[in-house]
Amino acid sequence: MFRQASRLLSRSIAHQQPTKTKVAARAFSTDVSATPTEDSPFAQSWKKVIPHIDAPKTPSSYMKPRPPTASAIPTKLTVNFVLPYASQLSEKEVDMIIVPATTGQMGVLPGHVPTIAELKPGVMTVHEGTDVSKYFVSSGFAFIHANSVADVIAVEAVPVDHLDSNLVQKGLAEFTQKLGSASTDLEKAEAQIGVDVYSAMNSALTG
Amino acid sequence: MAMAALRREGRRFAGSITAPRPMPDIRSALISEEQVPLGVRSISTQIVRNRMKSVRNIQKITKAMKMVAASKLRAIQTRAENSRGLWQPFTALLGDTPGVEVKKNVIVTISSDKGPEKEVKYVILGEKAKAQLMRDSKKDIELCITELQKNPLNYTQVAVLADDILKNVEFDALRIVFNKFQSVVAFLPTMSTVLSPEVVEREAEAGGTLGALDSYEIEGGETKGEILQNLAEFQFSCVMFNAVLENACSEQGARMSAMDSSSRNAGDMLDRLTIFYNRTRQASITTELIEIISGASALEG
Repeated sequence: MFRQASRLLSRSIAHQQPTKTKVAARAFSTDVSATPTEDSPFAQSWKKVIPHIDAPKTPSSYMKPRPPTASAIPTKLTVNFVLPYASQLSEKEVDMIIVPATTGQMGVLPGHVPTIAELKPGVMTVHEGTDVSKYFVSSGFAFIHANSVADVIAVEAVPVDHLDSNLVQKGLAEFTQKLGSASTDLEKAEAQIGVDVYSAMNSALTG
Repeated sequence: MAMAALRREGRRFAGSITAPRPMPDIRSALISEEQVPLGVRSISTQIVRNRMKSVRNIQKITKAMKMVAASKLRAIQTRAENSRGLWQPFTALLGDTPGVEVKKNVIVTISSDKGPEKEVKYVILGEKAKAQLMRDSKKDIELCITELQKNPLNYTQVAVLADDILKNVEFDALRIVFNKFQSVVAFLPTMSTVLSPEVVEREAEAGGTLGALDSYEIEGGETKGEILQNLAEFQFSCVMFNAVLENACSEQGARMSAMDSSSRNAGDMLDRLTIFYNRTRQASITTELIEIISGASALEG
């Protein structure tokens, strides 16, 4: 009787998944087909040249799938705020963010048109209900996609409360002085960058 | 009969007197080169003891190296995992085009220290890849950078490196090849592609994964070309940063598992040597006993 049961069980499972031989085991990686759609031309040309070594993986195989573009405007904006050493916000649902684009503060709401914006040193604000968090970002890029996902990539970011106003004043004075005494173009450019950053920090603290 | 068997065993261990006798595998493997001097009747365990000491030292060394690699791995693994979010926005925006057909390919290979009109140039980070690629592609190597891990890796260092590469090397597509860290025993060779702004424009017009790029508005006073240029450079430095960290993780992980297996091997060898040592010792004691007893019984009667 038990033999019949196991035979029926294995037959029913084999009927659903003809490739698997074990009844209750996970699929072996060799049984499951590789990501079929994306890597076809590259994987095929690789296989032609070097058939016995697997093709190298590409970043798209490691990414989590992104939500598709909804037909109606979603209520929340999904924000990914990444830095080189940490993911500050990862897929956080918020109401609005304000990023310091080169043209000024840019507000992003759900349903914003797809945009690529370069950021200058300034304050990024994240509004979630009544919570407002402010980060001072050094510079970077912001991508807003059609599916109301915003990616903000910055090189450095600190919460504004971590800025020390004394050091900011000192830094501003120092770079203003360097700008005055700079001779070569390179020095001028460096001093100008310093002045920009410190004045932005200053206005972040005061404003 | 038992005595005869024991005596036979004793003589087998005494070694060189009848040298070409076929010894069982384990013993010949262990003391094949060392020979007991002729005429010595007591069985020397000194040789085995020396060998055990050296194997034990090797085991200590490999265990220590494993600990060091494990601690370095722990430190760098958290950083690598934190940096994984860095390249995802770029892939989300620009897609992934490993099969892109371009004229000037530059391959940035990251390793440890320790085409119809296609040019391929290499930028090498790390000694290992340098040794390999020098052999067949010597003239294609543009830049070679070593000793990356002397100071703990940080973004500034990689940004400077990326700047260097971008300034000195002309490219249409940069392909970064590295080992992605999946787990301590599994590393996946991965290739990330960064396209130069012109190629991005070309692919955007052609459609496909980059076709949606035109629908993105460019914020700012600069032209699309300038923004794309900045974007490509930023993308390159971010992807490189992540790649370098992942590669360092993979290296430490590989070192840790190699050291682990070698200490385990040394442990096995030590076990076998200990058994052999004990048997030798016991055989020599038995031989002495036999001699004494037979001598005593001969005297008596």
